[in-house]
Amino acid sequence: MAPQSRSGYSKRAQYTLFTGYILAGIGALVGALLLAVSLWHPPFLAGLRGSAQDMAAPATRSAAVARTESKGLIASIQGYLRAGSQNAALKREVEIARIRLKEAEAVRRENATLKALLAIRDGDVKPVAVARLVGSTATSARRFAYLGAGSEQGVRVGMPVLSPRGVVGRILETGRNSSRVLLLLDSESVLPVRRSNDELVAFAEGRGDSLLRIRLINLGLNPLKVGDLFVTSGAGGYYRPGTAVAILTEKTNDGGVARIVSDPAATDFVAVMPIFEPTAVKVAETPVDQAVEN
Amino acid sequence: MERYAPRARSDAYGRRINREHSPLVALALPWLSILLGSLLPLFIIATALPLVPPTGYLMLVAWRLLRPGLLPVWAGFPLGAFDDLFSGQPFGSGILLWSLTMIAMEFLDRRIPWRSFLQDWIAASLALLGYVLATFLLSGAQPGIPGLVALGPQALLSVLLFPAAARIASALDRWRLTRWKVTG
Repeated sequence: MAPQSRSGYSKRAQYTLFTGYILAGIGALVGALLLAVSLWHPPFLAGLRGSAQDMAAPATRSAAVARTESKGLIASIQGYLRAGSQNAALKREVEIARIRLKEAEAVRRENATLKALLAIRDGDVKPVAVARLVGSTATSARRFAYLGAGSEQGVRVGMPVLSPRGVVGRILETGRNSSRVLLLLDSESVLPVRRSNDELVAFAEGRGDSLLRIRLINLGLNPLKVGDLFVTSGAGGYYRPGTAVAILTEKTNDGGVARIVSDPAATDFVAVMPIFEPTAVKVAETPVDQAVEN
Repeated sequence: MERYAPRARSDAYGRRINREHSPLVALALPWLSILLGSLLPLFIIATALPLVPPTGYLMLVAWRLLRPGLLPVWAGFPLGAFDDLFSGQPFGSGILLWSLTMIAMEFLDRRIPWRSFLQDWIAASLALLGYVLATFLLSGAQPGIPGLVALGPQALLSVLLFPAAARIASALDRWRLTRWKVTG
């Protein structure tokens, strides 16, 4: 197709074209300025984004329902095809799981007794909201997901988002009926974790390529083994301790590379939990020379 | 009376008698399709990798290469701003990159006014690769090597999907100029 932007001898067409160039140049400049402001101060225009997300939410929500249902259908077809061998494997697994369950029961009872002795009140933590992950920023290099619950359901910035398998991420921005979740896999996400069977503490950082980097706090001999499970340590005050995060798949000299336990793409419903220790979070956010308000 | 040439009164956009183009459809369709393209990745949960091609940008490039002059040069500003609302990039990156793309395309038209589809594809591929890389660098996160490697599939998919986007744009373009029945 021949370009039609050559304006020929018409003065009017020439002016229109020229104005177009000027406007485009100004547009690019304004874009660069806005970008600089957003990079310097990320919550910039969060309200605008929130309401845009709210408007898209009904459509994304119904798409999420269709997506999970179709996924279930495919899974059941796959199940038929591999029924025999899977059945045998599952039977073995169930037997082992039953034994472990009994052991866990014993531990739980012992825990309850000890807690009763120490008079610690073990309050049941109720989720603030249970909602679907309705979408994600599938194109961007950042890993955000959108959740179908917002400030009207009591969701606040900073609250942890959990799936039945483990930690998914943390609320970053809230709209009225939707909110944006910073997933663990995002390269700006850092989560304090510990190894599940001892007190070895580390940081789990997103790498931006579907893996987490486990960075040990105490450097020295690397005690990690492939297959180690990491759980939240509770440090920082956002997450309750003991929720599954990642499994180590590869050792490096200062820690390792881990795969996330709760892949958000495979989760249907997630729960937004209250912040574990709001006071600790508030203390951490207050400058040293100021008093903490309660 | 016998009709000797049934197609004589019609062309590629339909029959001509008692029918007219709709200015609304003709002007709004490119914009709408690009806006829908910006919304599309929202529906897909791809959390492991940024795998989905930037469909809004893909549609913008496809329309721009198919019909130069249909979208004004400044179209990158509003369309990019809309994309920013949903893309997860810091606000302003879409405005900047989309505006720059529109200006770059003007220069392309000056240098190579007559192009084959292959040349269009090459131009679009360069634009898409540049865009994917630039969004990664401007994403607000510390750019690292693993993240850069993870861009590969998305970049490849974007380049391979351009012909499809061009097809969609040209199908929409045919529909854009359809004549509708005039009532009254």
